[in-house]
Amino acid sequence: MIKKGDDKAMIDGDAEILFNHQVNHDTWLLGLKRSEPAVTMKPGQFVMIRVRSGMDPLLRRPFSVCAVEKDHFKVLYRRVGKGTEIMTQAKPGENFQVLGPLGEGFVLPEEERLPVLVGGGIGVAPLFFLARLLYRRNLEFMMGFRSAGDIIPFDELRLPNHRWSVSTDDGTAGHAGFVTDLLLLYLDKNRGLPLSLFACGPRPMLKKTAETAITYGIPCQVSLESAMACGFGVCQGCAVKTAPQESSAYHYVCRNGPVFPAEAIDWEAL
Amino acid sequence: MFFPTPDLTTLLGPLELKNPVITASGTFGYGLEYEPLVNLKALGAIVVKGLSLKPISGNPPPRIVETACGMLNAIGLANIGLEAFLKDKLPRLREIDTRVIANIYGHHIEEYGELAKALKGVEGVHALEVNVSCPNVERGGMAFGIDPVIAARVTETVVRNTDKPVIVKLSPNVTDITLVAKAVEGAGADIISLINTITGMAVDIESRTPKLGNIFGGLSGPAIKPVALRMVYQVARAVKIPLIGMGGIMDYRDALEFLIVGAQAVEIGTANFVKPGASQSVVEGLSKYCVDHGVKRIGEIVGSLK
Repeated sequence: MIKKGDDKAMIDGDAEILFNHQVNHDTWLLGLKRSEPAVTMKPGQFVMIRVRSGMDPLLRRPFSVCAVEKDHFKVLYRRVGKGTEIMTQAKPGENFQVLGPLGEGFVLPEEERLPVLVGGGIGVAPLFFLARLLYRRNLEFMMGFRSAGDIIPFDELRLPNHRWSVSTDDGTAGHAGFVTDLLLLYLDKNRGLPLSLFACGPRPMLKKTAETAITYGIPCQVSLESAMACGFGVCQGCAVKTAPQESSAYHYVCRNGPVFPAEAIDWEAL
Repeated sequence: MFFPTPDLTTLLGPLELKNPVITASGTFGYGLEYEPLVNLKALGAIVVKGLSLKPISGNPPPRIVETACGMLNAIGLANIGLEAFLKDKLPRLREIDTRVIANIYGHHIEEYGELAKALKGVEGVHALEVNVSCPNVERGGMAFGIDPVIAARVTETVVRNTDKPVIVKLSPNVTDITLVAKAVEGAGADIISLINTITGMAVDIESRTPKLGNIFGGLSGPAIKPVALRMVYQVARAVKIPLIGMGGIMDYRDALEFLIVGAQAVEIGTANFVKPGASQSVVEGLSKYCVDHGVKRIGEIVGSLK
């Protein structure tokens, strides 16, 4: 069942930058002060940030929320283009215009299922938020990066009940290979264990994860990324092809997602 | 010191608006999506997402790409269809004290007529905006709006089948926009709105593929404002019916430029994505400009270019 984002909670306004520091060679952690929406944000939801008030870049950028504190929330972002390059220059005390919270987040796992979080690269961001919300529970958190230098240091998020494992494509740290290899190894070792999968990362990684989950009959939620202009279902720019059994040909990442059940998406078309 | 509230009332032929600020089709959903962010009754009118007789699911992604000071879109007129609009959206829109304009799109000339007929007498729809700037399957992918003869036939068909004011929205993808403008005026259009998006494309240099699934898309945003302004200026001198100007309006200053060259009203489009409150800000900005410049009625500004 695909839902629509709860837009009643969305607010557009200035958010003061509390910190904006580099955590590795191309990743930053941004802290934005804004108590009101912060308390209503759910893991998997996102915000649209206007990186500066000029005409170029024109559109806001969507970022998932990676942590919520009492009076602020955190956004983990990778420098990938012009917009994020501008963001890295922002100083504490300055403001970003922020619209949010937006979209449908993760549905929390049932008590009897062990949550398995699978993150690729910057896709770990919304999973950090989810993991912290599930701090009391035993949980398996697998993260894949290209190389050791790409690993996002987040030791303070390591919780006692959570088992973390890392893979790198080039084998410079952790398991040599993809994070989906870690997942397959885990699934083979834990056959029959009731699990619930949560994934966010590059599309090929999500495709592999989703197909694996469907094959193993494990419930799986994926968080998708897409270019979008508005963030709340108006521009209809962020369409993704749906699986044949869905009632509409396309879902919108901003409003129906960004988190979808794996079986709702047409993975061949993605 | 006493500042009287300026009169922003705008008369577009048979259509009266409380102010000249309208939200553009495809950038404001069915209006209701913006309720948490905009005081909808502060707006002159809302143009809803283009409606077709049957729902359209739209083009394969990617559908949008950002370009310098603008964006390309190739949504493909995705919409819920007329029936769902009347059943699910209009009842709530009726409760909002603003004008609602239904933007209509047909695959064939007859479909425009059917849409107009279906909306005849429908309470809460105050005007029709006819989209003649999209692909014409009858004529092998050409747009209705780039041929003055076809544009006139579409206009005439809608006018014959409706009891509401008819706005025809023109495409800028023509050599001489005044020819199409005169043709639709002659066919009975009450109002002309312009411009729709300018056809463009963008290429990914790594994969050497088009950045849009549809290859071409419509360019909008501040990048197209000078072109839009020029065309409104030209059409204002070619026809007698009122004009709604649009194309890259981001704030009240941009809106004023369109009014000065001869548009009676403006539509705000892409700005709604960037700043959801943009339309309301334009109303407030125009009001303040009038006060600051001793303008009593917004109409004094229309066509005041020296």
